[in-house]
Amino acid sequence: VKRPELAAIDHSQLSQPRLLTGWGHTAPAVSRVVAVDDADDVIRLLSPEHSAKSATDSSPDGVGHGVIARGLGRSYGDAAQCAGGLTIDMSRIDPIGVIDPETGSVEVGGGTSLDALIRTSLPQGWFIAVSPGTRQVTVGGAIAADVHGKNHHRDGSFCSSVTSLTLATPTGIRTVGPESDPELFWATAGGMGLTGVVVKATLRLTRVETAWVTVDTERFADLDDAMSAMEATDHGYRFSVAWVDCSSHRRGAGRTVLTRGDYAPFDSLRPRAGRGALALPRVSRLRVPCSPPGRLVNRHSLRTFNALWFHKSPRRRFGELTPLTSFLHPLDGVADWNRLYGPRGFVQYQFVVPPHHGDVVRQVISMVASSGVASSMAVLKRFGPADPGPLSFPIEGWTLALDFPAGLIGLPALLNRLDELVATHGGRVYLAKDARLRPELLGEMYPRLEDFVEVLRRVDPDGLLRSDLSLRLGIRTTMS
Amino acid sequence: MNDAFNHPQSVLVLGGSSEIAGALVDRLVANGCRTVILAGRDSAALENAAQRARDNGARTVGTVVFNALDVVHTESAIGACFDAVGESVDLVLVTLGLLGHAATDVGEAARIVENITVNFVWPAAALGSVAQRLRDQGYGRIVVFSSVAGIRIRESNFIYGSAKSGLDGYAVGLAETLRGSGVKLQIVRPGFVRTKMTEGLHAAPFAVDPETVATAVMRGIECDQPVIWVPSTLRWIFIALRHMPQRLWRRLPE
Repeated sequence: VKRPELAAIDHSQLSQPRLLTGWGHTAPAVSRVVAVDDADDVIRLLSPEHSAKSATDSSPDGVGHGVIARGLGRSYGDAAQCAGGLTIDMSRIDPIGVIDPETGSVEVGGGTSLDALIRTSLPQGWFIAVSPGTRQVTVGGAIAADVHGKNHHRDGSFCSSVTSLTLATPTGIRTVGPESDPELFWATAGGMGLTGVVVKATLRLTRVETAWVTVDTERFADLDDAMSAMEATDHGYRFSVAWVDCSSHRRGAGRTVLTRGDYAPFDSLRPRAGRGALALPRVSRLRVPCSPPGRLVNRHSLRTFNALWFHKSPRRRFGELTPLTSFLHPLDGVADWNRLYGPRGFVQYQFVVPPHHGDVVRQVISMVASSGVASSMAVLKRFGPADPGPLSFPIEGWTLALDFPAGLIGLPALLNRLDELVATHGGRVYLAKDARLRPELLGEMYPRLEDFVEVLRRVDPDGLLRSDLSLRLGIRTTMS
Repeated sequence: MNDAFNHPQSVLVLGGSSEIAGALVDRLVANGCRTVILAGRDSAALENAAQRARDNGARTVGTVVFNALDVVHTESAIGACFDAVGESVDLVLVTLGLLGHAATDVGEAARIVENITVNFVWPAAALGSVAQRLRDQGYGRIVVFSSVAGIRIRESNFIYGSAKSGLDGYAVGLAETLRGSGVKLQIVRPGFVRTKMTEGLHAAPFAVDPETVATAVMRGIECDQPVIWVPSTLRWIFIALRHMPQRLWRRLPE
């Protein structure tokens, strides 16, 4: 409960300058960061009086240079920072409402982490319908990036499970959903925080009997075989993901480990059933303690790692029981893993191409393998149909994600070539992971960009909401 | 904005008609830089360089004329440059310089003052102003061209060398003050570069072309190298040269 005297404090007075980057540790920028407690605080920061005041008096809190919300900082690039402006730390708006025992509907704060939500819901037999590779993201961030999981081909992206959300915008508070103001709702899905600040959302959870997944693992020496298997039988699994080795040109390029699974029914746990059926995820005790002076990720370590990964996987194993969270959240296995890339950081490149362009995936993997640029394992999966968000990343087809150390010779040119290839085949890159796309290609990759900008004109006519990403990609400049 | 590879979308060059700057701007534009503002003394030379940037595909190109001897108005000159960019400034290159001729200049106080002003006093004042503006932006990058002539002073160019030595030290200190500000300052220490500034001089060992310098600086920017030696072997060679007894040093071939 908020104390009355606290409400009188101008939160801009409490803001601190902080150096922020995305998860990839590239393109750092300083902005004022202010933690907010509720929607009223956000509205105050976005009010025209407030922004006008700060624009004129030499910008004590930086609102005149734009405002953007930030959750747990897991977007890889510059989406949740606003150089010289104001970044709103949402982590204190983190309530979790009562889960409706019939429908699984729950109201949560924009700053509520998926980790906290799962810890509350799982013991009651409910799980989030769509889960990205880490639990350490906020609900607001998951909506703004319209994140996807290993079940996209079945269940769609995160916003498919959102029934309503409350947005703080420069033109006031709005509660929207797929039925009420669908344009604003879907522009917010994947809109990278530019349509407003998600302060509250209602999600529909999925009922689960256990906290386990039954996993089928298959190994393929060749990418084509793996892709054929995925096309043929993915529909029989809720979850599906493939790990592709593209570290070596000569040997092993394209070898693939395919893991697919389903929520494990209660019966499948016997005889070990009982207490552990809905056990909470363990907190990983592994952590990269500090930034090494250089990067530990290089061509040789990657080649070794990929070979170990491939050979430790069973050639073929069906029905293995695996904890839900370790299967769905591999990135939470080692905390602060991004430090392995050293101070220069890394970039992640994720693209999607339509289903009939699987050849682009093969071409990309061979281009990466032959470029001499070291990449870690690539993650391949198939997306189901897109949702209506104009900036939402997933469209039906093949998606591939790759990590690269940022300072490699030839990497910028390689990724520019991949962009061209992806764009000409009707594909796109994922903005939540982007830190380097050329603005010229954005409209080609997201042909409904103009619909998105139309919504921005309505809810944020003065262009107050902006991020380093929106400036870099010129999303706002198409407005004038 | 600068991207993950530190490639800028806007660049301001102080000393915009220099050959090294030209070669570097070529590469920046090829890597997505759309706004190029070239500032310097000679408006005709600046216009030539501007045309080259336009031909390479830069969208917004402009020139600003300033006088590096007019140190009193440094602040307003930098203000005019930032206004010309019109958006946030991602990268500032400080490439201006005046080699002079030490043997004759030393007899003329005005020449000495001119050389040290152009190579050190004005750039130092300008860098202070640039650093503050980038600090306010919350991000940005500055690349300052020093010279190995300032690392070990020699007779033939000691006025230039001592001024560059001052600038180098100033830049090292300024880079420290910018830690944590989101603004990066990098120093370039080229050896002998074959340009119009060094025309007619006997090329020193390890001499390079402007193109080589530009390539090395691009890599240095991408890798966040605090000090970029060109060629990179000079880093190790100068560890030795810096400590060489003067009586040996003066006998080394130019």
